[in-house]
Amino acid sequence: MGSLSFERVSKRYGQGARAVPVIAGLDAQIADGEFVVIVGPSGCGKSTLLRMVAGLEDITGGEIRIDGRVINGLEPAQRDIAMVFQNYALYPHMTVFQNMAYGLRIAGLASDEIERRVGHAARILEISELLARKPRELSGGQRQRVAMGRAIVRQPKVFLFDEPLSNLDARLRAQTRLEIRRLHAELRTTTLFVTHDQVEAMTLAERMIVMNAGAIEQIGTPESVYERPASLFVAGFIGSPPMNLLRDWAALGAATGAATGAPLRPAALGSGVQSNVVVGVRPEDAVIVDSPPFNGLWPFAVEVIEMLGAERLIHGRVGTEAIIVRQEASRPAPRAGQQVSLHISPSKLHTFDARTGRRVEHAAPSKKT
Amino acid sequence: MVENRPALTVLTHLTLVLGVVIVGFPLYVVVIASTQTAQEIVQNAPMSLWPGDSIAENYRVALWGGVLNNGGRVAPAWPMMAVSLASALIIAFGKIAISLLSAFAIVFFRFRFRTACFWLIFVTLMLPIEVRIGPTYSVVASLGLLNTMTGLTVPLMASATATFLFRQFFLTVPDELVEAARIDGASPMQFFRDHLLPLSATSVAALFVIQFIYGWNQYLWPLLMTTNETMLPIVLGIKRLLTGGDAGTDWNIVMATAILAMVPPAAVVLLMQKWFVRGLVDSEK
Repeated sequence: MGSLSFERVSKRYGQGARAVPVIAGLDAQIADGEFVVIVGPSGCGKSTLLRMVAGLEDITGGEIRIDGRVINGLEPAQRDIAMVFQNYALYPHMTVFQNMAYGLRIAGLASDEIERRVGHAARILEISELLARKPRELSGGQRQRVAMGRAIVRQPKVFLFDEPLSNLDARLRAQTRLEIRRLHAELRTTTLFVTHDQVEAMTLAERMIVMNAGAIEQIGTPESVYERPASLFVAGFIGSPPMNLLRDWAALGAATGAATGAPLRPAALGSGVQSNVVVGVRPEDAVIVDSPPFNGLWPFAVEVIEMLGAERLIHGRVGTEAIIVRQEASRPAPRAGQQVSLHISPSKLHTFDARTGRRVEHAAPSKKT
Repeated sequence: MVENRPALTVLTHLTLVLGVVIVGFPLYVVVIASTQTAQEIVQNAPMSLWPGDSIAENYRVALWGGVLNNGGRVAPAWPMMAVSLASALIIAFGKIAISLLSAFAIVFFRFRFRTACFWLIFVTLMLPIEVRIGPTYSVVASLGLLNTMTGLTVPLMASATATFLFRQFFLTVPDELVEAARIDGASPMQFFRDHLLPLSATSVAALFVIQFIYGWNQYLWPLLMTTNETMLPIVLGIKRLLTGGDAGTDWNIVMATAILAMVPPAAVVLLMQKWFVRGLVDSEK
């Protein structure tokens, strides 16, 4: 078991003036036994960060500690970590047993101890009957398990997962996600899991780190990240479909004003809110009301309706701003081309500073709408 | 072939048969000649294409040496075959070991002048042994290695072709495999032994076949550097049998020796055919 801490960790490729910064001064603390997911778009530096923990990339600046011990200069094998790779990286010429045992054999463990550990891991992962096979005789899901088995037998302080599910088909991915959770509940090993898939991040994480362009945008539980995104980037990245971001407040005010006679003003969001804000609304927080717009309701022109089974997505516009509304399928559906109204509780609105992109906290207005 | 026209089939088969005849007929003549007596070969012009009955005698004399009816002495072929076998094996294994290691260094390590090293090796591809044979001879002679197995094999060991082949193969080994091994704690040489070697087994087999034949068939280099009978490879031995001058050449013994010289490389090809093809085609990763 181990805690993991990042102190002003930075990474540059190249030297001097031509150096390309990838990660700049990153701080984070991960407690013993925690399951933390690093999520971000491709190229945000999340895999680089993971590989720096693993020892596969040099650490340009700052310190990474495992259990208080600085690991910057250590070889990967000395860091007490185990890694599961995106394409599993199983040794193709070795059987499953040999694959899992290899690290232990190098470490010089006694063969009965190796057999005990591999057998135990194989039972946990339900791959006991595959131990004599070669990786090419296994399905994608089975290879995935072997790769996890190879990590488990090392009994490391930290598990590192580098997008391990992206090569699986959708059904298997969902299933493996659950198994990774189950495994973590059983072993309670500190886990760092990198993915670009926000659904994966939301479902797996105890805490998630949202990264963008080499910096941390937000650290928090999936709930807090979803409910209170710290920046425009997080708001747009987490959630599917993403949060509606309304950038042109003046146009929005004009549209609501034209329809209701009382334009929506930034002040309606509460005190202390400046006019240069971006307003965000989650698709499920906008409720379609079948009544003409009046004060407090937003006029909504329905354009396209997507039926997803249990719910439907309704694409349309408020003034010039495109908005997606998520609605349960049991509710009456509007027709394309119809003019309806949206009821959005001001407490459900997120506001962001248009210049810095950071979240602006505001007191919810006292007036009930 | 997609089309199925009888005329075309006949034509392709004719071409193939013709090819086989062109390649096979001289071999057939060699085999036949090695079963006749020297007189039979020389007196019947053209020589008979039916097997004679002195096969056992001819091969016994070729292999173990002896005195012929016409008084000529024949040196035994088996010590020469032993020299050939030893040098071919040493050359093949040496080449494979050296090229594996140099390709390993070039592909998996970052060191100064790495690219320069690779290009230096690569450029030697353009210099066959004939080009550098003068300087090589001078070096080997001044090291006092003439007429030794070391002198016979070491100068032929370095191989740009094999290094290049292994380099190309190593480049296809995914980075994650190297990284997984690093995380498992394997040292570079452990990675080499436990992963690279097993993965390159088929390439090694294919190269072994090629290099064994290369070593076995060496002519120019042994011709220059062996003056001692005990270090003569079999290929040179055949040349020795062609006496010329007043004594008539014992063609039956020459041909029998030629057959003997052909057997080991043929055996290597036949025995390792499966591996050889797999290595060249390359399949499993």
